[in-house]
Amino acid sequence: MHRLWLETLHDWIATVDHKKIGLMYIGYALVFLVIAGLEAVLIRLQLAIPQNSLVTPQVFNRLFTMHGTTMVFFVGMPILFGFGNYLIPLMLGARDMAFPRLNAFSFWIAAFGGLLLYFSFLGGDGLYGAGSAPDVGWFAYAPLTAKVFSPGHSTDYWTLGVLLSGIGSIGTALNIVTTIISMRCRGMTMGRMPLLVWLYFVTCCMVFVAVSPLTAAQIMLLIDRYLGAHFFDTQAGGSAVLWMHFFWIFGHPEVYILVLPAFGFVNEIIPVFSRKAIFGYPAMVAATIAIGFISLSVWAHHMFTVGLGAGANTFFTLATMIIAVPTGIKIFNWIATLWGGKIRYTVAMLFCVGFLFQFLIAGLTGIMLSASPFDWQLSGSYFVVAHFHYVLVGAILFTIFAAFYYWFPKMSGRMLSETLGRWHFWLFVIGFHLTFDFMHIPGVLGMPRRVYTYEADRGWGIWNLIVSSGVIFQAIAIGCFVFNLVWSYCRGKVAGPDPWDAWTLEWSTASPPPAYNFAVIPTVRSRRPLWDLKHPEDPDSDYE
Amino acid sequence: MSTLSITPREQAWILPSRGAVGVACLIMAESAVFIIFVVAYIFYLGKSISGPGPRDVLELPILSTICLLSSSLTVYFAVAALRKNQVRLCSLWLAATVLLGGVFLVSTAREWYQLIYKDGLTIRTNLFGTTFYSLVGLHATHVIVGLIILTLALAFALLGRMRGKHAERLEILSLYWHFVDAVWVVVFTVVYVLGR
Repeated sequence: MHRLWLETLHDWIATVDHKKIGLMYIGYALVFLVIAGLEAVLIRLQLAIPQNSLVTPQVFNRLFTMHGTTMVFFVGMPILFGFGNYLIPLMLGARDMAFPRLNAFSFWIAAFGGLLLYFSFLGGDGLYGAGSAPDVGWFAYAPLTAKVFSPGHSTDYWTLGVLLSGIGSIGTALNIVTTIISMRCRGMTMGRMPLLVWLYFVTCCMVFVAVSPLTAAQIMLLIDRYLGAHFFDTQAGGSAVLWMHFFWIFGHPEVYILVLPAFGFVNEIIPVFSRKAIFGYPAMVAATIAIGFISLSVWAHHMFTVGLGAGANTFFTLATMIIAVPTGIKIFNWIATLWGGKIRYTVAMLFCVGFLFQFLIAGLTGIMLSASPFDWQLSGSYFVVAHFHYVLVGAILFTIFAAFYYWFPKMSGRMLSETLGRWHFWLFVIGFHLTFDFMHIPGVLGMPRRVYTYEADRGWGIWNLIVSSGVIFQAIAIGCFVFNLVWSYCRGKVAGPDPWDAWTLEWSTASPPPAYNFAVIPTVRSRRPLWDLKHPEDPDSDYE
Repeated sequence: MSTLSITPREQAWILPSRGAVGVACLIMAESAVFIIFVVAYIFYLGKSISGPGPRDVLELPILSTICLLSSSLTVYFAVAALRKNQVRLCSLWLAATVLLGGVFLVSTAREWYQLIYKDGLTIRTNLFGTTFYSLVGLHATHVIVGLIILTLALAFALLGRMRGKHAERLEILSLYWHFVDAVWVVVFTVVYVLGR
């Protein structure tokens, strides 16, 4: 028994199988989701009432820094790469990724980055600095990160953790792009690929041009901190605004790097549960590519308050507004797919429908903030926090949950409980709206982000209490979800290869798939190869 | 699925080679890194609040530039030789490439020695020092990585482990080397020509 356990462990650590690496990515992200979620709970407890003293200001700074950094780099990225790793070779009819060993390397280096970041709690100030995690905020503006203002090593842990995770991301993105270009099965032309694969393709191309600048900026910061250079040293003529540019050249495309795979999940789930092929496949691809390009020219809308001048403000306002057009095309296409469909409200579908509503609102507040005069008023307020949580939670996390309910049967061979799933969905919807709808209001009333407390007479108290009360629902919902994962893995209904009557290739093999994925490499003649197989009398390929 | 007939168009199903696509992706990502360092260099040109500046201390590295650029040519000949299965000729060209790259590194080292010990310019001195050593150092790091891999390839060739069938792999390595050379053209232009 002991020996078996060791062998299993060795299998997982030494594996180069894309499915196992994908699952490790997802498991690792879930652990960090819980940790960063608990940090958010502490933040909301502190802010629930005015003049609260649950945590000190220093600890509060560490909490929001770690919460933001973890959620973006060690939850968002790995969970999306996890699903991508698992699904893309299966959807393309391939037996593995293009570079299996690079795949394992990228996972382990990213995982090491996460561990390094959290080791800062122990090692940030040496052995007796317990609890000195980074406290510079997730975008770590200069010159706060200079050695003078951030002594000790906590900021170094932040830099190195993010740097390693970035190297892992670039490695995985390289792998995914190469897999998509070079590993497609016979007949799987680019125009027949599932939309999820297309969206990952654009995402990964964006990783090359968006994550690399962050890597470069982190290297500069390390050179500053360790070799005494002056990149971001304002005393020696260095520019703090340059860091802002470099960070947001990464930071804004990063939002699209996270949201495009989320769109990919929706593109697969909505058609299957509407019993219709996706509406406007070419328009979806074109809109995705347009988003990819435009998102590279909007970064300075994070910097309107810096004073870039009227010309730059106008350009970035316009670019930010224009990006709403391809995004609107996508929402239109999803609704057109639902239109007249035979809709089945499984839990996965519920999360997708929730996503549609919430993503629309997130987009609308985004357009509000894109107008630079409006942004001058609300930049750095809770309105901005509410806006981007609407994107990251209301859109991205909702679709990630949808992806879990949809693909868990493929990954584990068992169905997730729909009853528990409905509890999870409704509790999370209630909690989400309590927290993030009402978070807009203190923002409009002028409450700045990152303050550890506020005076009672500001009129923010009741709104903050409502915002914090939503956390309870969200926490119970996450509890339902985690319990559902564990319970269904052991006791869930056996899924069979194709429980949803779906159309893409991953459902043509066993659940969970064997190590080699497909006994015979499939041949594809249309965008819905499984439909062709199930309906030889009326295959899609006749119409393409 | 395999029961259905296969149309002739689908019979030939050839996709680009993994290695070429992979190295193209790597070059894209690396270019973005270099662009950020170049932008920082240009942004800080003339903004140092103390000397020395590029005009005072930099000299055109003509010899090392010629060496590095011609090493692109020699590695191309190495690949061409391996394609024709001429392993000995290939190892000769590889050795020339390693030698030329080595000369480039040595002259960079001499330049830095001069700058640090004669001109008193270090990475801490001013913004010029910071951006100069970072940009040129980042490029030199890439040269070192390339030289290590090229030396390995040369060792394989000398030990008789390299055959004509490995030509594609050597070509992928050569793509990286061409990229490193192309970056030098940019660095040379920005640092030594326009920025001086």
